[in-house]
Amino acid sequence: MTRNPFPANWPLRIGGLIGLTYIIYASAQLGITGERLLHGFGEAQRFLARMFPPNFERWGLLVEGMLESLQIAVLSTAIGIVLSLPLGLMAARNLSPVWLAAPTRGFIAVCRSLHYVIVAIIFVKALGFGALAGVAALTVASIGFIAKLFAEAIEEISMKQVEAVRASGASPAGVLIYGVVPQVASRFIGFCIYLLDSNLRNSTLVGIVGAGGIGGTLFAAFKRFDYDFVCAILIAIIALIFLAEVISGRIRAALR
Amino acid sequence: MSATLPLHREWVRHSFGERLLRYFLWLAAIASLVWAVRSIEIIPEFLADAPEQMADLLIRMWPPDLGHYYPSVHAAMIETLHIASLGTVLGVALAIPIALLAARNICRNVLLNAVAQFLLVSSRSVNSLVWALIFVAVFGPGPAAGTFAIAFRSIGFVGKLLAEAIEEAAPGPVEALEASGAPWGHRMLKGIWPQVQPAFWGIALFRWDINVRESAVLGLVGAGGIGVVLDDAINFFQWERVATILLAILAVVVVAEILVTRIRAKLI
Amino acid sequence: MSATPILKSSGPILRIEGLEKSYTPGKPVLRGINLEIGAQGITAIIGPSGTGKSTLLRCINRLVEPTAGAILMGEEDLAKLRGAALRQARRRIGMVFQEYNLVERLTVMENVLTGRLGYVPLWRAWLRKYPQDDIDRAFALLDAVGLPEQATRRADALSGGQRQRVGIARALMQSPALLLADEPTSSLDPKTAVEVMELMARLTGEAGVPVIVNIHNVDLAKRFAIRIIGMTGGAVVFDGPPEALESHHLREIYGGEDWL
Repeated sequence: MTRNPFPANWPLRIGGLIGLTYIIYASAQLGITGERLLHGFGEAQRFLARMFPPNFERWGLLVEGMLESLQIAVLSTAIGIVLSLPLGLMAARNLSPVWLAAPTRGFIAVCRSLHYVIVAIIFVKALGFGALAGVAALTVASIGFIAKLFAEAIEEISMKQVEAVRASGASPAGVLIYGVVPQVASRFIGFCIYLLDSNLRNSTLVGIVGAGGIGGTLFAAFKRFDYDFVCAILIAIIALIFLAEVISGRIRAALR
Repeated sequence: MSATLPLHREWVRHSFGERLLRYFLWLAAIASLVWAVRSIEIIPEFLADAPEQMADLLIRMWPPDLGHYYPSVHAAMIETLHIASLGTVLGVALAIPIALLAARNICRNVLLNAVAQFLLVSSRSVNSLVWALIFVAVFGPGPAAGTFAIAFRSIGFVGKLLAEAIEEAAPGPVEALEASGAPWGHRMLKGIWPQVQPAFWGIALFRWDINVRESAVLGLVGAGGIGVVLDDAINFFQWERVATILLAILAVVVVAEILVTRIRAKLI
Repeated sequence: MSATPILKSSGPILRIEGLEKSYTPGKPVLRGINLEIGAQGITAIIGPSGTGKSTLLRCINRLVEPTAGAILMGEEDLAKLRGAALRQARRRIGMVFQEYNLVERLTVMENVLTGRLGYVPLWRAWLRKYPQDDIDRAFALLDAVGLPEQATRRADALSGGQRQRVGIARALMQSPALLLADEPTSSLDPKTAVEVMELMARLTGEAGVPVIVNIHNVDLAKRFAIRIIGMTGGAVVFDGPPEALESHHLREIYGGEDWL
């Protein structure tokens, strides 16, 4: 009688089979076929051939779009932080009463759940084309992003230190300034830099739906099949994002 | 008790250098803000009008036209989920070999490490909407473009985290297998995989959650899914339908997040 | 350190009447406490863990809400105060904590000045523009607790004993009429514990501030207090001078006798 040292793992096999079936089914549903892929690879070749070399002739347009993206990022970050500070405090369950914390958390969750491009498209319809819609959309996204982090950071503070300040007879604002802020300040600054970094990425995109910035230029270039200009814009965006990531990484490392 | 002490002693919160640095940083922040406010092209009439316009829009959205959900929005929602799931599977499949090449304890060739890292960084630097634009140009409009956009954006994310997980794996078990003469595939499957497995599933689930969110917008550039329906409804000013679609997206995103959090909690 | 300060005859600083507290209804932690605390000297409360000593102290400055009863300080019932009036009362009651509870990321000086938060306007506190009088006093207190050179160091850079000294300075910075000390020595090694108790006894004696201290260490209590209150099960079972505390009292307070 021989014993098999590696008995067949039936759950794994069945799981694998279900996964495979799903992949085939979903591919069929989405119309992804071998023929289409082959055709696509041919197209990709032509596409890449037309992208290179990148065309920087219209650099004026490029710089204008990039600067507008930068402005959108700076403004939405600033407004987002100013709005998120009280929201984060209101949402922190250790300092806020439940009747305030619960709805605030709900509001922040809604801001988080809606993708910023969807928010942007709605603001474009409500406020018209341009940077204003972009700033509004990214402000909403900023709240979803940073108010949650603020609230979590506040929930992690030591309540003993807060209790001591409270015992000295300090007013609620005094307790905040001496008991809470010192414990969270450096983390908050880190979050804010992270937010600026994230908003800079996103501000290069909201233009696709008409909310200002380089994204509009990119989308227009795509629609006109100016693929060499597309390539130039993409290089500029990636360079900007890369630069921002390096700088923000440095600052956050220095803060630690 | 204090008779021998000087009458007044100075106390300042920060040293001179610290204060200088703080003033400089505040100045830089305010200067960039002023620059942004002064040079951004915002039409004052639009700004003044904004609250009224927003209120008007919200009133038009109410009540949501829930009857509109089935069948057209439902079908688009299912398509979105397919795009997200299939894109995740494809992305993960493509990310595994690149992650192996990027992990310095698996691939000892510095040049290959660098190439793999470059691929991962490029994938992450291009947003999924831009990937969608590119794949719409390649495949034509439709969910196929969306699936590939999601997959290509996922490669960088999954690949980076997976490579880090692999690099953290303990070398002992692999060395033991190597000493027993196990071939490369065996070493990976029995030495590395058991150690990386929990992280792998966690990363894949996390990315799927993000992909559900992102696939909802791909339709705005013609890459299939619920975004197409949303775009149509907005262009035809059918605001009650827009509200229905937004609610549907919100519900799916929230459910996906809860689902992933639950499963991850069980995995870890 | 000579013997305990002499008790001058004067009225009580604090009168506790029928104080009760239950965190969950039906499970009282304090069962009707009646106490009068004299206007001078150290009163030590001893008793096993979980017997409500800490709750009693925290009810006095209302870090914990009493369920029933009155806490009279002068004519005022602390148990009934709210808002600004409560803060006014709190600033006259200093508190020293078991785990020091300094704001770790603030400097020693800022921690001591925290004791003035009940007095100075908010903008001064925010900008750290305290009146020079306060700063002089803070320096004098830092000298008195033996930390003259540490003003600009961050609190988390100090040792446990140093932190508790800052904690005492912070409490005295409030110019308190009463000092509460909740297990001030339990996180310290035996030698430092004695030093901290000596310091607290000396400074409050000089300032004429009465102290209520929760303490585990019966020897320390006997050595520094003029009066000992023994609590068990949320009620007072012994109340008298340290000389009167005998082993049968301790048996009643702590239960069992093997440890004696």
